Amino acid sequence: MTDLIHLSADALAQKLAAKEVSAVEATQAYLDRIDAVDGAINAFLHVNTDEALLVAAGVDKARTDGDTLHPLAGVPIAVKDLIVTKGQPTTAGSKILEGWQSPYDATVVRKLRAARMPILGKTNLDEFAMGSSTEHSAFGPTRNPWDLDRIPGGSGGGSAAAVAAFEAPLALGTDTGGSIRQPGAVTGTVGVKPTYGGVSRYGAIAMASSLDQIGPVSRTVLDSALLHEVIGGHDPHDSTSLTDPVGALVEAARLGQVDGMRIGVIKELQGEGYQAGVLTRFHESLELLRSAGAEIVEVSCPNFRYALGAYYLIMPSEASSNLAKYDGVRFGLRVVPEGMPTIERVMGATRAAGFGDEVKRRIILGTYALSAGYYDAYYGSAQKVRTLIQRDFAAAFEQADVLISPTAPTTAFKLGEKLNDPLAMYLNDVATIPANLAGVPGLSLPGGLADEDGLPVGIQLLAPARKDARLYRVGAVLESLLEATWGGPMLAQAPEITGGK
Amino acid sequence: MAEINRDDVAHLARLAHIDMTDDELDRMAGELAVIVDSIKSVSEVAGDDVPATSHPIPLSNVFRDDVVGETLSNEEALLGAPDNADGRFKVPAILDGE
Repeated sequence: MTDLIHLSADALAQKLAAKEVSAVEATQAYLDRIDAVDGAINAFLHVNTDEALLVAAGVDKARTDGDTLHPLAGVPIAVKDLIVTKGQPTTAGSKILEGWQSPYDATVVRKLRAARMPILGKTNLDEFAMGSSTEHSAFGPTRNPWDLDRIPGGSGGGSAAAVAAFEAPLALGTDTGGSIRQPGAVTGTVGVKPTYGGVSRYGAIAMASSLDQIGPVSRTVLDSALLHEVIGGHDPHDSTSLTDPVGALVEAARLGQVDGMRIGVIKELQGEGYQAGVLTRFHESLELLRSAGAEIVEVSCPNFRYALGAYYLIMPSEASSNLAKYDGVRFGLRVVPEGMPTIERVMGATRAAGFGDEVKRRIILGTYALSAGYYDAYYGSAQKVRTLIQRDFAAAFEQADVLISPTAPTTAFKLGEKLNDPLAMYLNDVATIPANLAGVPGLSLPGGLADEDGLPVGIQLLAPARKDARLYRVGAVLESLLEATWGGPMLAQAPEITGGK
Repeated sequence: MAEINRDDVAHLARLAHIDMTDDELDRMAGELAVIVDSIKSVSEVAGDDVPATSHPIPLSNVFRDDVVGETLSNEEALLGAPDNADGRFKVPAILDGE
């Protein structure tokens, strides 16, 4: 029953609850799909076949016994390989952690297990989530299901591609500067970065602790809301975790209402540097929202032009500190040079062999920005810019209930095209980074295909901190209006994938 | 162009404990100069009157009840270590023999 894999998570959950299909059938259908197409996509670094089927069988038995189950029980999910899982390897896409297994589960993984969602496996990413194309994975790039010669975005290209290629109905991602939303945009899927602190990061391997956030990846807005409610909420293991309740996100997505809402178009996130086809689709979305009763206003966020610069000082600074723990002592790789080396020489050799180019580049950049004589000029200044960006958001949210922009300036580019030009690669995140700097939530949803290349365009919605529900409320409306114009989900237009394992 | 030469990168690489070949140092110096050039305008944007933001949503005094929670066993903590002995992480010499 291959149609099982094309169901939304919500539709699958309903069929499971009605006992029209079993969790084992659904999980097996996805495992078969992974087997058939992942040789071409390379979304998975590890496939968790036995455990996933065991969990699914447990759900089926519980349902037969009449036990009360979570609404998503038996709905399979893929997990970005930056999030630790007991019983499966976690690599962070790096040679330095190859073969390592975590002795504990991330809080979000515990929540998936509590909801009894079978974990299909671990998805590919740029090494330590550093990149916008998944080409910086030590285990080979993931390919975009819309065009196998193109990038699936990054760092969470594996999670987005798995969901786009119907290898999973849901996935977990992490977003430090756009790593959930930009892959969502270029693969025609939905991705959400919750409010900073809204979802526990305990067990997410840290890149930049003041920016990192775990969030949902899915094919529909409602599905992201369903997953967001599973993983959200306070966790004493993460001291940055907010104590607020998760909120009625699913209700907001089901309600889907924009009549009378003010939607702010960010003046600085369009125009120069944005592909014509991206802007055309973006303006169509604005028209649709206006036709549904929303008031479209223009807002200006003048300091957003410094966001990329501030991000590329703060993120490497925090990463250089966070990645100091890979020293060949407590976990992962240890390279011992010849002779009778001291621990210092072992660290130098281990980190030289274990880290890839982009990780080294960011560690060195961060070490530079934090070093004596530069700290105030770079790291200190970037933190001040962060304040200015927060003020821009505050002013914009005085004028609008949610903000809107293209998620990424272009559609998916070719593999290899920007690999040797770090700056060009960094520009992919120009529209997603401000949300991370300010801690506000953001959602990307499919906005159609660009005329010039037929590739997916993403529309980004941004809401004030702790107002994640607004993203779902507006996102669901825009999604249904767009699907009405397309005559069905955008992914139905994606090409067949050929070339299995 | 920002002035980051190969000696600067060599110094940073030592601080970061990453061995680098001469080729790597040269390449990294060039790349860093370009990146720093593109982001250094950040240092000219905000005046002294703008406070720094270290955390997007500030929380203070985050405490929990002082009760023992779950902890890893000694075996679990050592499970991923490259080497161990007597229930401890085993490392090469910390000081040079001289």
